[in-house]
Amino acid sequence: MKQDRPKDYAFWSIAITLVLVFALVPVLWLLSISLKPPEQIADGRVIPETFSLDNYKSLFEGGFDESPFLHPLVNSIVIALITTVIAITLAAFTAYAIARLEFPGKRLILAGALAIAMFPPISTVGPLFDMWRAFGIYDTYPGLIIPYLTFSLPLAIYVLTAFFREIPWDLEQAAQVDGATPFQAFTKVIMPLAAPGVFTAAILVFIFCWNDFVFAISLTSSNSSRTVPAALAFFTGESTFTEPTGSIAAAAILVTIPIIVFVLIFQRRIVSGLTAGAVKG
Amino acid sequence: MSEIALEGVTKVFDDGYEAVKDMNLDIGDGEFMILVGPSGCGKSTALRMIAGLEDITSGELKIDGEEVNDRSPKDRDIAMVFQNYALYPHMTVRENMGFALKLAGVDKAEIDQKVEEAARTLDLEQHLDRRPANLSGGQRQRVAMGRAIVRNPKAFLMDEPLSNLDAKLRVQMRTEVARIQSDLETTTVYVTHDQTEAMTLGDRVAVMRAGVLQQVGTPEELYDRPRNLFVAGFIGSPAMNFMPGEISGARLKLPIGEVEVSQLSGGGDGQVVVGLRPENIEDATIVGDDLKQQRGVEFEAEIDLVESLGSDLYAYFHIESEGVESELLADLVGESLSETGAGGLREGQERVVARLDPTSKVRRRQKAQLWADTAKLHLFDPESGERLG
Repeated sequence: MKQDRPKDYAFWSIAITLVLVFALVPVLWLLSISLKPPEQIADGRVIPETFSLDNYKSLFEGGFDESPFLHPLVNSIVIALITTVIAITLAAFTAYAIARLEFPGKRLILAGALAIAMFPPISTVGPLFDMWRAFGIYDTYPGLIIPYLTFSLPLAIYVLTAFFREIPWDLEQAAQVDGATPFQAFTKVIMPLAAPGVFTAAILVFIFCWNDFVFAISLTSSNSSRTVPAALAFFTGESTFTEPTGSIAAAAILVTIPIIVFVLIFQRRIVSGLTAGAVKG
Repeated sequence: MSEIALEGVTKVFDDGYEAVKDMNLDIGDGEFMILVGPSGCGKSTALRMIAGLEDITSGELKIDGEEVNDRSPKDRDIAMVFQNYALYPHMTVRENMGFALKLAGVDKAEIDQKVEEAARTLDLEQHLDRRPANLSGGQRQRVAMGRAIVRNPKAFLMDEPLSNLDAKLRVQMRTEVARIQSDLETTTVYVTHDQTEAMTLGDRVAVMRAGVLQQVGTPEELYDRPRNLFVAGFIGSPAMNFMPGEISGARLKLPIGEVEVSQLSGGGDGQVVVGLRPENIEDATIVGDDLKQQRGVEFEAEIDLVESLGSDLYAYFHIESEGVESELLADLVGESLSETGAGGLREGQERVVARLDPTSKVRRRQKAQLWADTAKLHLFDPESGERLG
């Protein structure tokens, strides 16, 4: 942002502040609730009268097997990571082919990918539920990874195709002349240059898996494969008569942390301009 | 070190466009061969076929006597310098230059040594750890050259390597390229559309037009004995002047006068196209009398424009004539001739440019006595465009 134009600067500062407030107030509210003891939850205060970490402690009580949160958290991380790795690998090859090669059915693949991305996931849940039970992958990791792949691949393919198209073809030919096999040219020249795109796609896929509720709630039945968003729905209060609001809030806060970490790590890689200087410019 | 031979090489693209037609060219060991021609003449396609980046539709490509048609670029042991340099932006200059060696499994110490040696040759030592984005155009160009020479390949292929540089740097790098090539004595194929580059750099020059090789020869051969109208018009700057002529017996009738053409063999009577290079026209007041008596024609012309370059003086004038029509020249009008200001070949009046001695006193819009050295005339068949005699 150019600070030498105070009017612009002021305008953008206000706009950004508004957006930040709009986005962060619910999170602050959630944080506030998670820090309140159960009896103060409905007191309407933003800053809790008394701070308590009981809600957080309750999440981890009973260790890995008994806690309502730990096992789903591990499930979430493992499922999201596996899906991301598989989706990015497949999407990278697909996108490369789409960006570089002429082959019959190229348009069909892109159109198909787009169609799938637009398909409402909820409508596939019923059939999947029946099929997964028949296949014996109901309530397992693959049972979630497969539908996640279906819905995240189109997105990843689109993002990566756009990035691959930006990479000058000459670079790849230069690599070939330099003695690289097509695979070496892809891994040593094309992929490093497409890194911003790869990380962008990876973050999008990871967040999609991490946040999914529809598949997670429908295709799992126990904590052995249930992910955090679904597990939250099964939280119970300290007694039969207490609302689990506090612990849900605490879990919701905790569950956003990996996403924040993930984005912070990779956002530094999502800098465009990495290709600057490749060719005349 | 090696020879490259193209035997009947043809390239037809998927859409049916024939980019290179039956090209035969032998490039000797250590030779600097230039492929030159206007844009779209197939010169880059020919180069890319040698590199293996483009499939050969028919014909044979041999490197060191071995057919390499079906070998992938990496198995041909050639290095290429791209027009846009195609440097790897995520690698430093050192890594860019050493990439090929690294792929070939050369050990690190040797790579470092070779890269540094090449960097010394190219004056890139202080930039080895920078990335291409932080280099100037000339430095990037040198890195691209460095990437090629580090490998000590069988041949260098250069695709308009200097066209992205500004005029001054281009001249400087031209000398550099020539020096490096003659030091290394590596077979080089160099593509350019710039006939000055072609003339100054090449051991031999191959002129192409519309996918067909027109003439291959040393720069002098191309200049002194162009095989057809296209080569005549393309090589030389300012371009050759053309005018219609008529031969009857031993006399040639030109718009500027009549001359004896005893040197013509088998020409016969009829129409011809006559080419005359700008430097073969001189201010008649400067030419010595004995030379004037010996040969040439003297004529008067009204000068339209005078361009003084210090060392030379270009005078533009018109002569009354029907004009010269040839398909071979049509291509050129938009190309090199427009650059040199001698366009408008097919107009009713012929525009002629003369390169006069700088001491000449000719002035714009004034009549001047000029003298044409008719011993240096080039005669062409108006139908085929082929050279006569």
